[in-house]
Amino acid sequence: MMQYKGWEGFIPGKWCDDEVNVRDFIQRNYTPYDGDSTFLAPATEATKKLWDIVCDLTKKEIAAGGVLNADTKIVSTLTSHGAGYLDKDLEKIVGLQTDEPFKRSLQPFGGIRMSEGALNMYGYELDPQVKEIFTKYRKTHNEGVFDAYTPEMRAARSAHILTGLPDAYGRGRIIGDYRRVALYGVDYLIQKKEEDKLAINGDMTPEKVRNREELADQVKALKALKEMAAIYGCDISKPAETAQQAIQALYFGYLAAVKDQNGAAMSIGRNTTFLDIYIQRDLNKGLITEEQAQEFIDHFIMKLRIVKFMRTKEYNELFSGDPTWVTESIGGMGVDGRSLVTKTAFRVLHTLDNLGPAPEPNLTVLWSKRLPANFKKYCAEISIRTSSIQYESDELMSAEMGDDYAIACCVSCMKVGKDMQFFGARANLAKCLLYAINGGKDEIMKDKVTGKPMQVSPEFVPIYGDDALNYDEVCQKFENMMTWLADLYVNTLNLIHYMHDKYSYEALEMALHDTEVRRFFATGIAGLSCAADSLSAIKYAKVYPVRNEDGIVVDYKIEGEYPKYGNNDDRADEIAVWIVKTFMKKVKSHYTYRDSVPTTSILTITSNVVYGKKTGNTPDGRRGGTPLAPGANPMHGRDCNGALASLESVAKIPYEYSRDGISNTFSITPGSLGREDD
Amino acid sequence: MTGRIHSFESFGTVDGPGIRFVVFLQGCPLRCQYCHNPDTWGAGGEEYTVDAVVERALRYKNYFGDKGGVTVTGGEPLLQIDFVTQLFTALKAKGIHTCVDTSGIAFQPDNANSVEKHEKLLQVADLFLLDIKHIDDEACKKLTGQSNAHTLAFAKFLSDHGKTMWIRQVLVPGITDGEESLQKTRAFIDSLNTVDRVEVLPYHTMGEVKYEKLGMEYPLKGVPTPTKERVQFAKKILTEGRP
Repeated sequence: MMQYKGWEGFIPGKWCDDEVNVRDFIQRNYTPYDGDSTFLAPATEATKKLWDIVCDLTKKEIAAGGVLNADTKIVSTLTSHGAGYLDKDLEKIVGLQTDEPFKRSLQPFGGIRMSEGALNMYGYELDPQVKEIFTKYRKTHNEGVFDAYTPEMRAARSAHILTGLPDAYGRGRIIGDYRRVALYGVDYLIQKKEEDKLAINGDMTPEKVRNREELADQVKALKALKEMAAIYGCDISKPAETAQQAIQALYFGYLAAVKDQNGAAMSIGRNTTFLDIYIQRDLNKGLITEEQAQEFIDHFIMKLRIVKFMRTKEYNELFSGDPTWVTESIGGMGVDGRSLVTKTAFRVLHTLDNLGPAPEPNLTVLWSKRLPANFKKYCAEISIRTSSIQYESDELMSAEMGDDYAIACCVSCMKVGKDMQFFGARANLAKCLLYAINGGKDEIMKDKVTGKPMQVSPEFVPIYGDDALNYDEVCQKFENMMTWLADLYVNTLNLIHYMHDKYSYEALEMALHDTEVRRFFATGIAGLSCAADSLSAIKYAKVYPVRNEDGIVVDYKIEGEYPKYGNNDDRADEIAVWIVKTFMKKVKSHYTYRDSVPTTSILTITSNVVYGKKTGNTPDGRRGGTPLAPGANPMHGRDCNGALASLESVAKIPYEYSRDGISNTFSITPGSLGREDD
Repeated sequence: MTGRIHSFESFGTVDGPGIRFVVFLQGCPLRCQYCHNPDTWGAGGEEYTVDAVVERALRYKNYFGDKGGVTVTGGEPLLQIDFVTQLFTALKAKGIHTCVDTSGIAFQPDNANSVEKHEKLLQVADLFLLDIKHIDDEACKKLTGQSNAHTLAFAKFLSDHGKTMWIRQVLVPGITDGEESLQKTRAFIDSLNTVDRVEVLPYHTMGEVKYEKLGMEYPLKGVPTPTKERVQFAKKILTEGRP
């Protein structure tokens, strides 16, 4: 039933038979491309001029200390600001977060203190009326969480055994299916959501009430999305009719999300194969040239590069910079064996040449050795030139996720429009091991009243005496402490996400999901290699505790050698695997908010430095305050059998227990990859 | 049978074709001034059985692809030629490409026992990386403490036995980069029948810290790394016109 002009020329199927099914649309209509990169077009004059404007603003922003301009008064919503442009006459894809480029928006729903703190740090003053509204009349997520936190949750948080929790900022990590805006038009999406709402009937349990209210919010958000587009003179109520309209509509969907949410990671999904269908249709009809197609893509990517949020300096320290994680997933293989690489995959990577290298958007190639040879070669060329492509194993992820998943943040995969996740930061397992030894007393923090070491967990029996630590005893205590920590961690997150849904619900992003959505409960682990090496030291060397005047073990004396994680030595690697499995099993044993599916990740990329600062001396000989290793990396300098041994150790961590991702930060100098170009 | 081993590298990409598991054997009679592994010269290392090394190497079999395999280097690996031969025999049984990175210093052409041992090794070694330290014997003695006669004889031995080799020349400014000696090296290479590749390895100073750690004086203190032009010049002399 092809009732829309925008659908003319497309092969019909389930996607246009009264449902929302973007994957079906893609599968029926896309053109796989296995040719080379010679068709690509250079940047147009307009693109160059616009990019010059961005570069100029970037310089000014750096000169201004990191923030060029910030809104202190207007609370960001989809329709809060008038239209903003870099250069209205030159832009083929329009839309900014506020009415001026590089002006950061005010997003207080996550927490007014974070907003105020961030403004103050950069010399701005929060409008007193906004402050009053968000302290007196309108509760924020942050306030909700702290109202409900138990004393134990607060203690674990301030001792940093639970850390980076999204309790004062937007949780992010949710990817709207922004393609739906282009393919269906907003009116169709509203209609579908209203039908879903009508279907929720009968006994009004709290769950049904919430679902009805959320659907109402989603419909309102979709209406606001149309209004937002109208501010720029665009009508997105109906399906897009041209490639330019499709890119524009998709971008408006994403823009609405970043106007609504200042999330830790605001990823954009998997769009190249979808957009290619529109570009190919226009090219076939002779409506556009390759130069124009590239210009649309360049302008779109340019917009993604200038997404900015107002954040505190501590936040930026935690994430080492000011990342937005606009991850775009590219390529991969279809379940029918065709590659999902299209010419538009090339066009998007080509922006790294046309606009120069950039960290955002985070262009992520879903890698399979079955990808077309020409595409792999092009990826390698661009990587060598720009170092700006991230690669992830499609083979590993597609086994479970099919062929229409995308990456949120750096490694966390979800089916687009069908899955969402509750981001859960991390539990510090290196510190958990120290708690096991000290019976839950913190090795650094003191109780404010008594001045004695702070008791964070309930009082467990500590290790007594000054003998060498006994491996079995420590393992038993560590497992007990993990039981406590997993319980506390899961329930802290249950509480946080309840409040986030209540006070900072992502109505627009969720409007671009199926109503029956699968939710992931994304926990995380920090300090894995440190904990594993510590246990290995206790098992294979002799580790003597060193106590302070309070009897707390604050240091360790190691006699002898021990196998270290990162050398493909099963003795140490098996300990790491045991830790992951044990902790994950404990996480899974608990109720998780909204029947979400528990997953875990081992992927601190940068925050390992901050977590390490709050972790005392560890039995592996690591000094207190020094960084933990990032993600599942071996501890710095302890892998001494070369890269593959190190990678093999990491590869033993079972993905099925860490479905939200395992990261291993790995740098290599070009010379180490051989002497010849091939 | 055990060998004395200094260390392993699981991701070797510069010692032979493809991705290679590299075994560094302990001990070397040469004292090359530019050596970046002085910690492999003397006694020390750890004893490993052939089986233990094979087991380690096989962990990386999936990475070897069509070209990669195992390289033994050092130190001078052929000081432990019996171990290397046994190791390679075991690896060949598993279908793994084998390669020796050597100076040929252990080869004694007039000693029947030595020749026999090297002939045995040739049966199980697919490729030799032969390091010509200096074509001029006096300069070679100064640079390494030993004559180059063994090396040159070994090259001829490999050629006569139809065994593929890569010739390597470390380029040290003022020591091995003279035009005349490079020309002489080229002439020598051209006299061999089985040279598959000639590699010019620019001298680097990454070994210097090891000398400090070992409390040794660095013999090439102040010698710069060669310029790109100088490397190109040497490459041209040593490789131009070769197949």
